[in-house]
Amino acid sequence: MNGPQDLGGRHGFGPVVPEDEDIRFHADWEKRVLGLTLACGALGHWNIDISRHARESLPPAVYLGSSYYKIWLRGLEALLTQAGEVTEAELQAGEMQQPGLRPERRMPAAVVPKVLASGGPANRDGPAPAFAVGDKVRTKNHQPAGHTRLPGYARNCTGTIIAVHGCHVFPDSNAHGRGEAPCPLYTVRFDATELYGPEADPTLTVSIDAWEPYLDRV
Amino acid sequence: MHDHPHGDSELDEMTARVRALETILVDKGLVDPAAVDAIIDTYENKVGPRNGAQVVARAWSDPAFAEALAQDATTAIASMGFEGRQGEHMVAVFNTETTHNLVVCTLCSCYPWPVLGLPPVWYKAPAYRARAVREPRAVLAEFGVTLPEDTAIRVWDSTAEVRYLVIPARPEGTEGLDEAALAELVTRDSMIGCGQAKSPVAS
Repeated sequence: MNGPQDLGGRHGFGPVVPEDEDIRFHADWEKRVLGLTLACGALGHWNIDISRHARESLPPAVYLGSSYYKIWLRGLEALLTQAGEVTEAELQAGEMQQPGLRPERRMPAAVVPKVLASGGPANRDGPAPAFAVGDKVRTKNHQPAGHTRLPGYARNCTGTIIAVHGCHVFPDSNAHGRGEAPCPLYTVRFDATELYGPEADPTLTVSIDAWEPYLDRV
Repeated sequence: MHDHPHGDSELDEMTARVRALETILVDKGLVDPAAVDAIIDTYENKVGPRNGAQVVARAWSDPAFAEALAQDATTAIASMGFEGRQGEHMVAVFNTETTHNLVVCTLCSCYPWPVLGLPPVWYKAPAYRARAVREPRAVLAEFGVTLPEDTAIRVWDSTAEVRYLVIPARPEGTEGLDEAALAELVTRDSMIGCGQAKSPVAS
């Protein structure tokens, strides 16, 4: 979607502000948002693509005006509401008014190390890749209203396949409950001049990871 | 937000809002607060950029490991015990005298958690996400890094579940150092591509 999340190449956001690596959080509530977001994933109402889509679907002014943990909180509230686990009225009141739907799936503390250490791999069996390393490809002018992981700055551009990753879950499908639809995933490298025009840094190349449906052979 | 006394009625808006959500979820039996504590403890105290620094130090010290890292970073990194959430599909990219690598996620905040921990706030903020793919030299200058004009810059936008770890160049004057001493020179920012490893004199 052409939403506020699609930030690559945009102007006007000011300087980057480096920070000491020992700083993990900026407030205690940020810690709770991290923990709640991961813990609620165990309820099984959504996948990673649905959760990303919930965040990018926030109103643009809210998204761009919020710290990332605030975006996560707003996203989590939306996901829980859509799943029927929490109601708007409960969020307004700050207290439970009806039972939860899936308490049997609650993540117990004892399994946290195992869950975090095993993660959720996205590779799957699927069709053979149409492209090989070295092939020239052109990204489509792909602008769905729903979720996609083809960034706007890399649409309609010619690049080179530099890696083939096998088949991965396709976010454009998985974010909308239409199944994982695994398809080949590639790393595609572009010259910056192809992405931004002749004034771009001639020493710069940018790569994206792109699923086969985003690509056409040149 | 609550009509019963907490003794902390001065809570700021975000603290109150998060506490309300957690209260609802715990009362419904959907969240175990001890699990939330365990998740926080993992990423506050256990999993962080010192993991990645060990990977880099080994890559500098052991050519066979560096080769394994280049061929299959997920397996090589897992052999050191670093694996899991947001590190399921790892790729290591190596800085050289002529090439500098920089990692970003323009669409959200994708980051290699098992080796670097949670992303820093600037990595998730619009300025870095907007500019890293377009004017990385200007971004690097804000980190105090100036590259030669002819250095090739490769930016990696993490648009899928592949996660990138930059292996910075080994600093001069480190020939006699063991892995533990080398790891001390490896900063988090250097593993994102926003810095260089420290020289032993400066450290």
